[in-house]
Amino acid sequence: MRLIESVSDWLDQRLQLGTSIRATMAHPVPRETASWFYVFGSAALTVFVLQIVTGILLALVYVPSAGEAWSSLQILNHDVSLGWFIRAVHGWGSNFMIAIVLIHMVQVFLFGAHKYPRELTWIVGVLLLLMTLGMAFTGQVLRFDQDAYWGLGIGVSIASRVPVMGPWLVNLLLGGPIIAGATLSRFFALHVFVIPGLLIAFVVVHLILVLALGINEWPMPGRVVRRATYLEEYHRLTHGADGIPFVPAAVWKDIFFSGFILLSIVACAAILGPFGPGGAPDPTIIQTAPRPDFFFLWLYAVLSLLPPSLETPALLIGPAIVLVVLLALPFVSGEGEKSWRRRPIAVLTILLLAVALGSFTRLSVHAPWSPAMDAWSGEPIPADYLKERTALERQGALVFQVKQCHNCHALDEHGGQRGPTLDAVAVRLTHDQLIRQVIQGGGNMPAYGKNLSPAETTALVAFLETLHPAGQAPARDASQAVASSLRP
Amino acid sequence: MTGTDGLSRRVFLARLGIGFNAIVATLLGVPIVRYILSPITRERRPGYESWLSLGALDQFPEGQTRFATYRNPVVNAWDGETATIACWVRHLAGEKFQVFAINCAHLGCPVRWFPQSNLFMCPCHGGAYYADGSRASGPPDRGLFEYRYKIEAGNLFIKAGEIPTPGRVAAFAAEKPSCA
Repeated sequence: MRLIESVSDWLDQRLQLGTSIRATMAHPVPRETASWFYVFGSAALTVFVLQIVTGILLALVYVPSAGEAWSSLQILNHDVSLGWFIRAVHGWGSNFMIAIVLIHMVQVFLFGAHKYPRELTWIVGVLLLLMTLGMAFTGQVLRFDQDAYWGLGIGVSIASRVPVMGPWLVNLLLGGPIIAGATLSRFFALHVFVIPGLLIAFVVVHLILVLALGINEWPMPGRVVRRATYLEEYHRLTHGADGIPFVPAAVWKDIFFSGFILLSIVACAAILGPFGPGGAPDPTIIQTAPRPDFFFLWLYAVLSLLPPSLETPALLIGPAIVLVVLLALPFVSGEGEKSWRRRPIAVLTILLLAVALGSFTRLSVHAPWSPAMDAWSGEPIPADYLKERTALERQGALVFQVKQCHNCHALDEHGGQRGPTLDAVAVRLTHDQLIRQVIQGGGNMPAYGKNLSPAETTALVAFLETLHPAGQAPARDASQAVASSLRP
Repeated sequence: MTGTDGLSRRVFLARLGIGFNAIVATLLGVPIVRYILSPITRERRPGYESWLSLGALDQFPEGQTRFATYRNPVVNAWDGETATIACWVRHLAGEKFQVFAINCAHLGCPVRWFPQSNLFMCPCHGGAYYADGSRASGPPDRGLFEYRYKIEAGNLFIKAGEIPTPGRVAAFAAEKPSCA
């Protein structure tokens, strides 16, 4: 004990940091902020440190070369002792980090912490969010598999739509004319040097601001922020009877929560294992359905569901609008109520965003907009649909499979969901309408007129006409019935 | 010489020093910027876009659409499999071909050919194209990208070298396939 003391005294005589560190640690914070709601920032920092450590460990083995990255990941997963575990911790750490950063941001917003005088803290926080998402995307690229390869293709396809600059941006992003070795090298540099460097710099600024301006007090309905009086009021909160030293009065909750998060990451990693890599990044293997990682799934839904005419403007202008809104927020609402109880629009905005992003993410898990590429050969027509059918109708069922109708249309909840489910199509469309729809397409369905012989069309429509619930009559053209009854 | 004079002289020298460093930084900055922009500036070098063989004509039976691959003209030793690019070759008749990029015109995912229904389908966002590459349904706002082609000594050649993207439409669709 005495040895430690004398060593630390020796160091402090030279570094002269002890006094300021002690003062920083014991700086007074408002009593109510020693709360479980105030632990997300420190947890994000803890996970960031974990990511740095595991990232360096992975870099000991990983080869950032398009020809070898995938095999080096296989070696990490299977040959290097506990390599799979370090990969898993890094992958799960990434998911936890995004989640915690988002929760932190929501908490800060709902507690009004972005208001005067903490505008710059918020702005730096927005930049930190961008960096975190940037790390997630570049990290997904480094897991150089099929998803990474085609994900890059999607990225440059979006970039290429920037007016005038587009084609140059593509080459700049890829480091050449195609996705290849140069691409992986530059994403490695971004993921390992550029973005982490910026992250560290912004984290330092963020922390300095938190210390300089003090932790946001617990918002009380009616305690309104005014530029003229706020600093004095905050000083009274921290230096009066309500002030407590950050260490140890508030920090113990941060420490416990960080530990809990670390344990959760380790548990997820140990039980659920690493992410991928998926199939080898060989662009000639096209039997693949690329999917983005969890936190970009909502974007996948947006890209599928936007009308084509809106897509380019939404892709190029949308992110700019979101960024401007986030950066302008502390200036537009820099004063006034902090409490979420008095800010219904803030609460509704968060709820709306959560519901929207959650729904998009959930949709993306099923991806109903993508054809089920193997349904025509892998999903047989349910046997009940073929019982007591004529030869022509069964021939039609064969056409339904062979012509890949099943890839987009589900029967009995099996098959693609690109087009409508056909379990009751005969109730909706008459014989003539079915023929027209098959031959001419329309409503987002390709026209099959050129691909079906008249016999095939007849058989297919005969099968489709059998698709109606028991006890519910198929649609019929009433005008034809009238016309035939009037015929002499 | 008074103290203030000496100080102003030193302030002047410090500013001169900063100016000197600014000049050096500019001198250093120019090559750095050119280095960073090299993927763009080397674009027009010869060999960037070349005529590449997809193989002998008899690999592409008339009336069918077949899978073909080629090695990108600009490659590095460490590109591995990524430098081998796939495409779809449709042999209409005689010397009439259509060579489609593998990349969906929407956001670049690999489209698959289904000869049974004569459709190209994209697994990502649900784009579909007819046999001639024109848009059938889904989010794409145009047909598949087409490579220029020519036939020489019984081989099919295409002009290729960069990833087709919606923003580079001009390089592809604007030039109709020419029979050489």
